[in-house]
Formats: sequence, C-alpha cells, structure tokens
Amino acid sequence: MRHIISILLENESGALSRVVGLFSQRGYNIETLTVAPTEDNTLSRITIVTTGNDEMVEQITKQLHKLVDVLKVCDLADGPYIEREIMLVKCRAHTADLRNELMSLTNIYRGQIVDVTSELYVIQLVGDSAKLDSFIAVITKTTELLEVVRSGVSGIARGERSLHA
Amino acid sequence: MEQLSGAQMVVRALEDEGIDMIFGYPGGTVLDIYDALSFSKKIKHVLVRHEQAAVHAADGYARSTGKVGVALVTSGPGATNCVTGIATAYADSIPLVVITGQVANPLIGQDAFQEVDTVGITRPIVKHSFLCKKATDLPTVIKKAFYIASTGRPGPVVIDIPKDVQNPRVKFDYEYPKEISMRSYNPTTVGHKGQIKRAVKLLAEAKKPVVYIGGGVVYSNGSEYLRKLAKTFNFPVTSTLMGLGAYPAEDPQFLGMLGMHGTYEANMAMHNSDLVLAVGARFSDRVTNNVAKFCPNAKIIHIDIDPASISKTVRVDIPIVGSIDKVIPQMMDVIDELGLNFDRAQLVPWWNQIAEYRAKKCLDYKKGEYLVPQQVIEALRKYTNENTIIASDVGQHQMFTALYYPFKKPRKWLNSGGLGTMGYGFPAAVGAQMANPDETVVCISSDGSFQMNIQELSTCLEYNIPLKILIINNYSLGMVKQWQKLFYEGRTTASYSQEYVNSLPDFVKLAEAYGHVGMRIEKPEELDSTLEKAFAMKDKLVLIDILVDPDAKVYPMQIAKGAMCDMRLSDTENTVQ
Repeated sequence: MRHIISILLENESGALSRVVGLFSQRGYNIETLTVAPTEDNTLSRITIVTTGNDEMVEQITKQLHKLVDVLKVCDLADGPYIEREIMLVKCRAHTADLRNELMSLTNIYRGQIVDVTSELYVIQLVGDSAKLDSFIAVITKTTELLEVVRSGVSGIARGERSLHA
Repeated sequence: MEQLSGAQMVVRALEDEGIDMIFGYPGGTVLDIYDALSFSKKIKHVLVRHEQAAVHAADGYARSTGKVGVALVTSGPGATNCVTGIATAYADSIPLVVITGQVANPLIGQDAFQEVDTVGITRPIVKHSFLCKKATDLPTVIKKAFYIASTGRPGPVVIDIPKDVQNPRVKFDYEYPKEISMRSYNPTTVGHKGQIKRAVKLLAEAKKPVVYIGGGVVYSNGSEYLRKLAKTFNFPVTSTLMGLGAYPAEDPQFLGMLGMHGTYEANMAMHNSDLVLAVGARFSDRVTNNVAKFCPNAKIIHIDIDPASISKTVRVDIPIVGSIDKVIPQMMDVIDELGLNFDRAQLVPWWNQIAEYRAKKCLDYKKGEYLVPQQVIEALRKYTNENTIIASDVGQHQMFTALYYPFKKPRKWLNSGGLGTMGYGFPAAVGAQMANPDETVVCISSDGSFQMNIQELSTCLEYNIPLKILIINNYSLGMVKQWQKLFYEGRTTASYSQEYVNSLPDFVKLAEAYGHVGMRIEKPEELDSTLEKAFAMKDKLVLIDILVDPDAKVYPMQIAKGAMCDMRLSDTENTVQ
C-alpha cells in the first residue's frame, strides 16, 4: 500500500538526516521525498511517499514521532487529500509536426511549455504522480526524452484536517 | 550577568545540573574544557584508560543511581571509541550525556586532524544529538541534553562542541535555564484512563495471567508499585534480563527470568497464559522466540513509556502509554473506583499448574570434580547482600548470574542486555563503585569478556576502586562454543583451541602487575575459603581467577523458531519430541 507521510519538524541542521536515516536504518523505503521550510521558517515540512502494510506504516509513524525534532506526523492517505508533484521534461521538438503534437499533448495534460529552442522543448507539468506517469508514457511514444526531473510528492489533507505546531 | 568562556560554561552547566562526577579522557579538542574543569570544586573527573570505558563507566553510574551519567572525550578517535558505549546505553535506554570535542568550526569538513562527523556516526544510536556551533547556545543545549536524556524513554545524548566554541579568551553572558520546554518533545507519562479501565477488567477476569516485566520498571522506579499490583491480584511475575531485581527474586510469586535462557516455569507459564501484562518490557526477540507462536491464547496488555515499543513485534490488545510509576497507581485507583471484588480462588488451578512447571527443577545441576559456573554464582550469595551491585559482562557467565543470583532490589544488576557488549561489565562496575563508595560492587566476567576492557585495572588503582572481580574462566569463548557445539557439529572455530588456552594471561599475576590482589580457585573445595578471604578485603580490588568446567552449558535454552515453551533443558532433554 502506498502511503504519504507528512512530517512537521524543527528547521534545524541534522533534522532531515535523522528522518532519512530512520528510514534506511529500519529498512523502510522512500519513493519520494520533499522538504522545505513552512510559512514559519523555524519549521520544515517533509512529505515522504512510502509503501508498506498498515503495521509497517504505524511503526514508521511512531518512530518518526519519537525523533526529538519532529512535532507532528500524519499519514495523508488516512483521509481525503490532495497530492501534487511538479515535473520538467526536456524533449526533442525539432520538426513542425512534433512541435504541434507536443503542444496539443501539453494542453491536454494542462501543462506548459516553459523553454523553447529550435531543437527542444521543456514542458512543465503539475499533478498527482499517476498523471505524470501517464504523460511520460504518452510522450515517450511521441518523441525522444532527454531529461525528466520530478520534484517528488507534496501533499495536504482536504477539509479541516491539518498539520500545524 | 556572569561572563564565562564556552569551556567554563560547559563545566558550570554541569555543576548547575547537579553533576558530581564525570568519566573521561582528555585530548586536543577538549583541552579548554579540561582546563576549566581543574577549577571545579563540585565535579570529580575520573580518568579512564580507554574512551569506551568512560561511556560504560558513566552508564554503570547511571544504572546504579538513576542519575544521568556523563562522559567527556576528545574528537576523532576519542569519539569513535565511544560508539560501542553509546550504542550499549541506547539499546538499554540508559540516560547519558556524552560530550565530545570537535575540530574548530572553520576546520569542519576539511578532513582536519582528529576530525570525524561525530553527530553523523552516532546518529542511529543516540536519543538525540547536538552540534553546538556557538558558545552562547551552550547553556540551552546542555539543559536540553539532560532533559532529553532523562525523561520519557531515557537514552544517550551526544553534545559535539567545536574547539573554537570553547575558546577561553572570549566570554559571554551565562545563565543556566531553570526549566526547558520543547514544542517537539513532550513524553506522555500518565496513562489513558479508558484503556486502564479496560485493562483492569481483563486482569480481574484472567484465569491464567502472567506479569512480564522489563527494564522499564527499574528505570521508572516502579518496583514498589509493581509489587503492590502483583500482590493485589496474586499474579505470577516473570522478568526479562533487564528487569531482574525490579521484583524480588525470592518472592514466591516470582517465576524467574523468561526468554531464550529463561526458566522452564516462566516460559511455560507465558506460553499457556490467557493474559500477559507486559510492564516496561519490549517483546524483544530474546524473549518471544518465534513471534508467530508467541503466547497463542493470551490477550496482551502492554504498559510502556515508548509508544513505538507497543505492537512493534507482537500485536497487543490494550496499549497503555505512560510511566510505570504513574500508570500502576492509576490502575490501583481504578480497582478501588470500580469496587472490583477480585476472587483469588480463581487462580488456584493456575498456581497448581505452575507448581507442576516448577517441579521440573530446571535449574538443578550436577556438582562434580570440577567447579561449575552455577555453583560459583550460588556461592556468591553468601558474601553479598541485597545492596550489593553486580555488573556482568556478556556470555555464559552473564546468563548464569541472571539465573542463579537472586536479585532482590532494582539498580543492583548491571549488564548489557540489548547490545550484548562484551567488555561492558568491568568499566560499568568502575562507574557503579565510584557512585556507590559504600556498597560492595562485584564484576562477574570471563576470560573472554575481561580482556576486552582489561586496561581499567589501572583506573581502579588510581582511584582506589575496591571491586571484587570474578573471572569465570572456562578457557574459551563459552557462549560461542555452546552454539558451535549445538549447531555446528561441535566445530569450535575461534572459540576454543589449545592455542587460545596457552595464550591466556595469568590473571593473578596480571592483577598483581596492576597493583591489586589476585587469587585463584581451581577446585570446588577452595571456593568458599577463597571468596571469604577476597570479600574480607574491603579496601582492595581483588581479582579471582576461577577455573570452571569448560563444558558447562546454559540451560534452559529456547529452540529457534519455536514457541516460548520449546526448550532444551539439558544436553539430552528437550520439550519438543
């Protein structure tokens, strides 16, 4: 089962390494990880996508709670939530046909072309991970991909549920 | 406000924290702290002979007193030598503050002389750590370190202090915080009332209950409360290696240690129970054997201060997060509140069953021409009392001590249960003796373990530490050899050989070389007379080399992958047909 763990922690040196270390030390996997300060710059927010059964995720959550720097932990997948990931794709766009095709695909996926040369496009796309996967699958059949950069998942719960100090 | 340098702040903060003793070893990056220490009238510094021993000694100090142990070492190898000691304390939840020097801030990351990433290396084996890059942060960091080490589930905290932070020529305002609160750290100590009610109702209904206690009872000073609870319900009590002494061993309700080398009665009672009340224990693999076969008919109540310990290896039915010394009184209150009339008669069949388990007399052993370790430990009872502190190393002698020495009080039994650190016992005994100068402190070690921190014989002479050291000498690495004999067709690779035997030092001469008294016991008839002589020498360290039958094995021994009740009881008898 896929889980999205949201962590609110002190924005202090070493805090991130404790979180990452905990995952490797206890044999949990990290599929994606994002981290940045929140509106309160003494706090950071980490989002980790991991897979595991319920017991494993319960243990991960408890172990994360135990870290002295960590204030709050929740599994977003426990309720309704929004997940977003940003992706930048650099691909060949050297013929008129290709450029047209790529533009129309980008529009369908509500992406944007953010850099253009005579040979290349850089396409920016935001969405959940499944949408980005699907775009890659389609575009791979259309042109040659030179580079794909994904930010990893950020997430937030819908409704009143929220993570704050 | 008072102006102090960083180095002075470290010393003053320790004084303000009430620290009277630290264990350490000087070096380049802590010279300023050592200089500041020379002016302290409140802190005694104990110079060990290896940094690992500094941490173990601080650990022995902490376990025997309940206070936070402090070690002070230099950067690089000083810090890496501490790693085993810190990991030992972490595995057993011992409150320590380990202060390590670090190269000056501008040198960090430059691969400077004696530089290692101490915070990085120790990260997985500490409760928390600090790299204190500014002198003005020192008072708060030190306050936090002691607070974190000693509250919640205790554990070691590392403070890494770069050399320039200690600079004696730069002074800053110093004020030690009276209190500290951390928004990210608030351990739960009081149990959830609803859960406690559910637990108490289960306890009252149980027909075959067992109380399974662990080190948490010792650390939370919960022994008295636990005893009351056990007496109220007339429940049988078994203890992990770490919990020994938290319940008096000679009490009729005590079943002895459980687990891998637990008693027959303890393991049988656990396996056949209908209710397990786990108190400050963590269902370690040394206890449960195969978790899939663990206590198949039992409901489980688990009281622990660490929520992550609950349902980690074994799913429990009623979790109660809290400190034993708070939760058990809450339980007693609930019993009164509910007016529970507990029918003691309902446990009569269970106690009859336990009497049958006990009739097996699983700890009986044969005495013969050679001394066996069991009789050495039993003989020790005569020369010690309930206040004697016993530190052991790791291996067969540790298990024999756990099984054959009746610990009556908590904080009297020091051993490395979680990490299983050979070399722990002797320096831990040093720390315990320094902390408890009026008590007898015994170190039970072996030819293998003792050689792992043998250098502390010198420390003992310097500080007049009158330990009684019993080397249970079986001319081999006994526990390894036991496994090899049982599971590797008797090939005793690296655990026993004529070369090993020939290379053992003369421990008596060794003790004498370090300025202590050495004695040797070779035959059963010498046991009592020699021990008597040794324990009569109150002011001297006496090391007794005790030659025992090298073939002695520790039984009972659980059978791997089996249930708790699957045990070997001797070389020829086991519970599984």
